[in-house]
Amino acid sequence: MEYCAPGTLAEACAALGAASGTVKVMAGGTDLLPRFAAGTPRPALVIDIKKVPEAREIRQLSDGGFVIGSACSGNQISAQTALVASWPGLTEAMDLIGSVQIQGRASLGGNLCNASPAADSVPALIAARARCRIAGSNSERELPVEDVIVSPGRTCLRQDEFIVSFSLPARPQRSADAYLRMTPRTEMDIAIAGAAVNLTLDEHGVIQECHVVLGAVGPIPVYALAAARILLGTRLEDEVRQRFKRQVSVMCRPISDKRGSAEYRTDVTAVLAERAALVAYSRAMA
Amino acid sequence: MNEEPTQYADVAELNSGKLLSGSVVGTRPVRPDGIDKVTGKARFGADIQLPGTLTGVVFRSPHAHARLLKINVSAALALPGVKAIITSDDLPLIAEELAMDKGQPPDFRDMSANILAREKVLYEGHAIAAIAAIDEMTAQQALSLIEVDYAVLPHVIDLQQAMEPDAPLLNEHNITKGIKPAPKKPSNIASRYEQVHGDVAAGFAEAEIIIVEEFTTQPVHQAYIEPHACLAQVAPSGKTDIWCSSQGQFMVQAYCARLLQMPLSDIRVIPMEIGGGFGGKTTVYLEPLAVLLSQKTGCPVRMEMTRAEVFKATGPTSGSYMSIKIGARNDGTIVAVEGVLCYQAGAFPGSPVRLGCMTAFAPYNIPNVKLIGYDVLVNRPKSAAYRAPGAPMASFAAESLIDMLAQKLKMDPIALRMLNAADNGTQTAYGVNFKNIGYRQTLEAARNHPHYSAPLGPHQGRGIASGFWFNIGGHSSAAIRINNDGSVLVSTGNPDIGGSRASMAMMAADILGLAYEQIQVEIVDTSSIAPSDLTGGSRVTFAVGMAVSQAASAVVEDLRRRAALLWQVDQDQVTWSAGFALLMNATTPKRFSLAELAQHSADTGGPITAEITINAQGAGPGFATHICDVELDPETGGVKVLRYTAIQDVGKAIHPAYVEGQMQGGAVQGIGWALNEAYLYDENGRLLNPGFLDYRIPVASDVPMIDTVLVEVPNPRHPFGVKGVGEVPIIPPLGAVANAVARAAGTRLFDLPMSPPAIHKALKRAARRRRQ
Repeated sequence: MEYCAPGTLAEACAALGAASGTVKVMAGGTDLLPRFAAGTPRPALVIDIKKVPEAREIRQLSDGGFVIGSACSGNQISAQTALVASWPGLTEAMDLIGSVQIQGRASLGGNLCNASPAADSVPALIAARARCRIAGSNSERELPVEDVIVSPGRTCLRQDEFIVSFSLPARPQRSADAYLRMTPRTEMDIAIAGAAVNLTLDEHGVIQECHVVLGAVGPIPVYALAAARILLGTRLEDEVRQRFKRQVSVMCRPISDKRGSAEYRTDVTAVLAERAALVAYSRAMA
Repeated sequence: MNEEPTQYADVAELNSGKLLSGSVVGTRPVRPDGIDKVTGKARFGADIQLPGTLTGVVFRSPHAHARLLKINVSAALALPGVKAIITSDDLPLIAEELAMDKGQPPDFRDMSANILAREKVLYEGHAIAAIAAIDEMTAQQALSLIEVDYAVLPHVIDLQQAMEPDAPLLNEHNITKGIKPAPKKPSNIASRYEQVHGDVAAGFAEAEIIIVEEFTTQPVHQAYIEPHACLAQVAPSGKTDIWCSSQGQFMVQAYCARLLQMPLSDIRVIPMEIGGGFGGKTTVYLEPLAVLLSQKTGCPVRMEMTRAEVFKATGPTSGSYMSIKIGARNDGTIVAVEGVLCYQAGAFPGSPVRLGCMTAFAPYNIPNVKLIGYDVLVNRPKSAAYRAPGAPMASFAAESLIDMLAQKLKMDPIALRMLNAADNGTQTAYGVNFKNIGYRQTLEAARNHPHYSAPLGPHQGRGIASGFWFNIGGHSSAAIRINNDGSVLVSTGNPDIGGSRASMAMMAADILGLAYEQIQVEIVDTSSIAPSDLTGGSRVTFAVGMAVSQAASAVVEDLRRRAALLWQVDQDQVTWSAGFALLMNATTPKRFSLAELAQHSADTGGPITAEITINAQGAGPGFATHICDVELDPETGGVKVLRYTAIQDVGKAIHPAYVEGQMQGGAVQGIGWALNEAYLYDENGRLLNPGFLDYRIPVASDVPMIDTVLVEVPNPRHPFGVKGVGEVPIIPPLGAVANAVARAAGTRLFDLPMSPPAIHKALKRAARRRRQ
């Protein structure tokens, strides 16, 4: 297995273009390296993008939006107070992953490209309407995050492509997000179910825009449009929340596995989505 | 000279029942091995490297149950860099009549077949061959070149299914022991144990309230952080050195000698630091393989398990199915208990079901008890000892039933236990009469603790449970040497698994009248001290501590004799106090410091040393009572342990902080057992969660600070009053958590673990029942 760590975006793209055998792009490596240890065949080449400047920087745009490098670590993200203030849900989702040690390495790009249905940051990224900048050996494109994962463990990226960064849109006033997950342990665990909610309210506290994304209840994160529509024009009244929960349950398509039964996942996802909506709502009001 | 003797001890006094005290025992000094451990300098099982060391790896079965038709290692052996491959053909055959000593486990035939499978593999991960190669990569590549033809057999993972008459048989020749007349047909039931005390039929006839329930628990792993690891080097002469981390260097020496049919004198085992054992390192897996590979290659061979190998091929303790009936009078007096306990042995016989039967109701004075235990074979790794083996699961059933009794009788759960508590003189169901026990005192301490009367909020519940463990003594050795500068070296043959270096130094310091810092403690190899039983059974501070105390007293005697010789007086005139020999009744009082006597040792008979070997008797039984508060999330089944208090009779806490550490560690392991730990298998009998991600031991944020209360009812058979403390703390948590969950949920769970999905399901079921 060969390893390279290009220092520029151009070099990274060139390395991808020149590779002949199997290639893995690595950011933190917190999913990739344990897999090697567990016996998964190793690729011919690992390209480490941690030295690519565009993949490691977090900056706020003049309109208030953010660009987050795909290889930025959880620690790096949590340290950005403006980002955390604008996107408390996304940043808390990232912060839930692993331990202090893992947070020093794990990245949004890696979490997305690992393409696990249970990834914590992905529902929050999708709910945030994040887009990714994808660089290839001789082209560049941009995609919404929800288009990247096609099935468990698979993305739509070509062999010669990688995600450079994510962009988050500017925030209107009275906007906030939240992410909640269920794990048997408090930390160091994988979500049995997760729910991200991103809201914008008008000056009367009425929900004007709403995105709801469910994790670990389908082969890919579920963008729950029909559930989000129930919340539009409401202030999360009791009856609205009951309808919302029922709709969320309907939209769950989980499997039963070692982490939980389909029935349990469905029940819990509705609870988490309701609670995430309440958290996001109170944040947006604050 | 105005010092009065504050400390005087001799061997006669040690055995007289008078308790010693001093200024060191009972304090909380830093452990001697602490700095090395927190700075990463301590050397564990995998930390030895010798020039030319080969890497040893194990080829393991992918099947839960299969006949081995053919093992072809030629392609692997042909790989450049592969130096040797062994299979069970390389292990000596052990005749059935030589398999056990006086019918007592371990069964070395089984152990041999466990470390390298013969004829059949009995669980996924069962070792089939071992390879020595020049490096890890080559060894791993060689693993992929071993070809095995299997005839895959139906397997059985589930305990109750394994007991069915048509279950797949692990051992076609297994006839259940302990049944007369012996069954004609083989089965997976390895043995039956019966414990009868009183007359249960008459007891239940007196009962005004009877509760019958079934309980299940899952196997749980000891989950020590350090995987098994060793390095073996066999010299051309046959002399063999083994560096490894284990719970007993003499155990490793004896087991390797027995399995490999080597003389004990040819094997030296050098103990490394141990990164946790909890009973799981009281047997061998890798060491005999490393010795064989080193014999074959002439090179040192180092072996280390991965975490997945640890989960698939070592430990755990047994899962269980228990059906128990309890009868009481309306005033709460328990009159009878009857039940069946079935424990998973794993692939070979030897679950601790007998200990489960003995301990389950031991805290209570119950006149009529009949418990039947079954040891059941299943296609899982052979069970190994785990902290109070067999007791926690039986206690879970017993303490749940007692809590149900309290609920039905509307009695306070501590009052109900107090009413039925065993006392001094109580005859246990297994025959022994209790002496100097402190169970009732733990209940009183629990009742008086502010935790017990603290208010509870919505969805919160409080559980109480008690537990009993025997604790043991056994063969123990200790040596003390006074160096010529007066510094002191205490040597023992017992790995320090819970702070025992500190405890040994503290007891020696008080008897010698020295400061703690003046004593060094070494855990030495098998050639350097007399044999000592392994570190287990909560015995080291008690039994090895007794040997250290006696060795220290022997040194004091010798120092008095030497001082008398130098002063030319009778030894009776010399006393020993605060590290000085004193001659009080001379015209001018005289004294020698330890250092002065050490400097003059050449004139008084040479180096000052004493070595003691004893078979320590009189271990004091341990009792604990735990209080647990939980809060449930009624919508998700999530459970949070809010507050936890562990109360235990510890005899005398030599080093209170390390005793508290034992209690906290046991409580946390028990909480994990109760709430989340479980082995998950697929339909082919393959383990789905061989790692800490999905085998969920608690992490720090899962538990509150575990509060501890030390109750000290001294054991008069130990010089300082010590009782064993290491095992009792894991017994009550299963029941305490279950009782707390039952009271918080308004419905009871009878199956562990009580994971969020299980609690959620129970809550939904209870809600449905209420609606009907």
